[in-house]
Amino acid sequence: MITYEFLQQYWWFLIALLGGLLVFLLFVQGGNALIFLAGKTEDQRQLIINSTGRKWELTFTTLVTFGGAFFASFPLFYSTSFGGAYWVWILILITFVFQAVSYEFQGKAGNLLGKNAFRWFLTLNGCLAPLLIGTAVGTFFTGSAFIVNKNAVANVGAPVISRWIGEWGGLEAVLNPFNVCFGLMVTLLTVSLGALYLLNNIDDKPLSAQLRKALVRSFVAFLIVLVVVLAQLLTMDGFGVNADGQVAMMPYKYLHNLLQMPIVLVLFLVGAVLVVAGVALTLFKQGFNRGIWFSAPGTVFVVMAVFMIAGYNGTAYYPSTADLQSSLTLSNSSSSEFTLTAMSIVSLIIPFVIAYIAYFWYKMDVLSITSAELKSSDKY
Amino acid sequence: MIANALVDWSRAQFALTAGYHWIFVPLTLGLAVIMASMETLYVIKKDEFWKQTAKFWMKLFAINFAVGIATGIILEFEFGTNWSNYSWFVGDIFGAPLAIEGILAFFMEATFFAVMFFGWNKVSKRTHLLATWMTGIGAGISAIWILVANSWMQHPIGMEFNPDTVRHEMVDFWALVLNPVAIVKFFHSVTSGWMTGAIFVIGISSWYLIKKREVRFALASIRVAAIVGIMGTLLLMWSGDGSAIHVAKYQPMKLAAAEGLERGGTGAPFSVVPGVEIPKLLSILATHDTEGIVPGIEELKQEGEEMMLKGKVALDAFKQYRSLKNTDPAKAAEVRKVLEENVDYFGYGYIESTDELVPNVPLVYWSFRVMVGLGGFLLILMVVVLWAERKGKMIQWIWLQHVALWSIPLVYLAGQAGWIVAEVGRQPWVIQGLLPTKAAISSISVGAVQTTFSLFVAIFSLFLAIEIRIMLKAIKEGPKTNIK
Repeated sequence: MITYEFLQQYWWFLIALLGGLLVFLLFVQGGNALIFLAGKTEDQRQLIINSTGRKWELTFTTLVTFGGAFFASFPLFYSTSFGGAYWVWILILITFVFQAVSYEFQGKAGNLLGKNAFRWFLTLNGCLAPLLIGTAVGTFFTGSAFIVNKNAVANVGAPVISRWIGEWGGLEAVLNPFNVCFGLMVTLLTVSLGALYLLNNIDDKPLSAQLRKALVRSFVAFLIVLVVVLAQLLTMDGFGVNADGQVAMMPYKYLHNLLQMPIVLVLFLVGAVLVVAGVALTLFKQGFNRGIWFSAPGTVFVVMAVFMIAGYNGTAYYPSTADLQSSLTLSNSSSSEFTLTAMSIVSLIIPFVIAYIAYFWYKMDVLSITSAELKSSDKY
Repeated sequence: MIANALVDWSRAQFALTAGYHWIFVPLTLGLAVIMASMETLYVIKKDEFWKQTAKFWMKLFAINFAVGIATGIILEFEFGTNWSNYSWFVGDIFGAPLAIEGILAFFMEATFFAVMFFGWNKVSKRTHLLATWMTGIGAGISAIWILVANSWMQHPIGMEFNPDTVRHEMVDFWALVLNPVAIVKFFHSVTSGWMTGAIFVIGISSWYLIKKREVRFALASIRVAAIVGIMGTLLLMWSGDGSAIHVAKYQPMKLAAAEGLERGGTGAPFSVVPGVEIPKLLSILATHDTEGIVPGIEELKQEGEEMMLKGKVALDAFKQYRSLKNTDPAKAAEVRKVLEENVDYFGYGYIESTDELVPNVPLVYWSFRVMVGLGGFLLILMVVVLWAERKGKMIQWIWLQHVALWSIPLVYLAGQAGWIVAEVGRQPWVIQGLLPTKAAISSISVGAVQTTFSLFVAIFSLFLAIEIRIMLKAIKEGPKTNIK
């Protein structure tokens, strides 16, 4: 029997899936963070840009769809988070906006700012977007200071339902070290994924050596930050919904979530093993460059598990520190049963969409990119 | 009190983003069809000339496409950042088409765009042609869904207000999708894109003719573009007529403002420009009847007074319901009934004076004339250009080449004017009758919106300047058709 509650859980699953795919596809950003670090010559930089440049629209589209799906399924999150953490979201958008034009503009005559300016925009987006998105996701566990009052609609003079305390437009999230570590962790992961992807997609020996070096550094740093984040996450008090339907602080909430949902625990562990395996095989097995094939699904699984810990098992996924009862849960922030049902039917098309993307991805990437290919006209 | 400045700046920012977005989108829609037609000719005729011709326009398409995406993502997220109350109040309906747009259309565009640009040597000729068409079809499908969303705001149907969740909730998905306003709006917007693409291609090709360069390429491009453009414009006129009927029915104030009609009645005249009127034409356009009734601004304001009273009743009943629902269910049920009887006027409860019900009349009036006037001129231009091309006069008639070239800015002006009519004309409503713009905002500081507004002005203008420069360079360099 498909109940309202099932639909809410199903849509949180889809949000988790999209979130997982988004973080995986942020390999584009991670790769761009390496344009100048790993790309030492003009040819190498060109190779990196042309490699991520064939995939950036998928990342961008996934971000847009992630936003759209959140809007459609949990509109109170859309209105509360975006309307309050104004500056965080605007900054994320601006870095993406610069990225969107930079591929096309960087290599073209008449681009006003010069080639390097646009490459720096790509690099900046590569570093900042995962950092900011990660920091924003960190607040799913630490909370933000907002109040939701639906009665406000009757107040002609001040009808806005969601209000944030403070004037920083969400930037105050950086005051919490957990959020920043979370952002840093996502950034380092995406850089590792970027390096793995480029290793697989580009056939260029000197560049490969530099990418491997970057991979070692970013992944070791990632592991260190990961340990810090996990240690905090699994010991912190979490925002749970108690038997009376009230949101309350619960000790070790997220650890309990992981233990009480064995499937999520397995998903998390399998994902983690895959991520590590992808990197380890690449670094230790001679001539192996298919690490992304392991680390990519691994990333999707881990991120999905993180979203599930945040939202399932009676947890407030977008908690308010200003008023616990304003915290957003799957049940108080979702769309109506009718809308979720209609959208669920639409969602059945997702496997088909993934299939055609995968097919054409395969067709396009069957051969690695080489410097020779960049001599042709089909390039950025 | 809601700060008026916050409402104004939020509107300005949204208008800025939407206005810029609509510089890039129509060209994407139009050019997609034109270059896909050219590539089809290449596959059918196996003539390398058509491949190079298509590739040249694809190059310009790509430069333009990127900026369209950049402005588009801001638009999507601004619903949340600047219109937070709106996002909750109608998110149950509005979010769905946005998500479907992402799932169905954007991935299609993103996937096939990459194949179109980098796949010439990687996939077969036919697969490549498919990719080109799919990129264009993807753009068209994305237009469907965003216009379904927009049309719902102009003519909300298929939903019910739920005072427990304090929002409108969808009850009929197909009513939303098959909203007659949406269907007409889709054709009107997409075919205006065809017109934009056509005028763009004709104008640039004419520049080559003026410079006596790339003659075969220019004439061939003109031919394809003019055919696509004329077909599009016929649909544009048909859907424009449908639009007028809808506006008269569902948004009479918008029509009155577009006509500057202070007082209406039966057999209303159409104002060509102030002082020049065609008797009964407005009634014909709005109702398809010479004696049809078209109310004017004053009559609508009078009607509005009554609606405002009902709106206050609805808002008051809502307030009572919220306070009684947990303490006195019987009384709550009573006031809920009152709310339901008046809920269609809910938004009028926020309106404080009938003057608020009138949009900016001069702006809407003149925008309408600019749109229709330029649209008519551009249709004639395309017909003349196609005729001249067919009769071999296009090379001789240098004046026509100049007119075509300088018509490029005009088609953009017409498109912008069209959206001003649609969006300024529907003020003060963000959802017709249900939610006024001023109640749809986010609770953020005016300073924050002023800052982002300035940032966006700077960024978008920079991008536009760069895009134009890069395009001009690419045009000067010219296509590599190698076949004169």
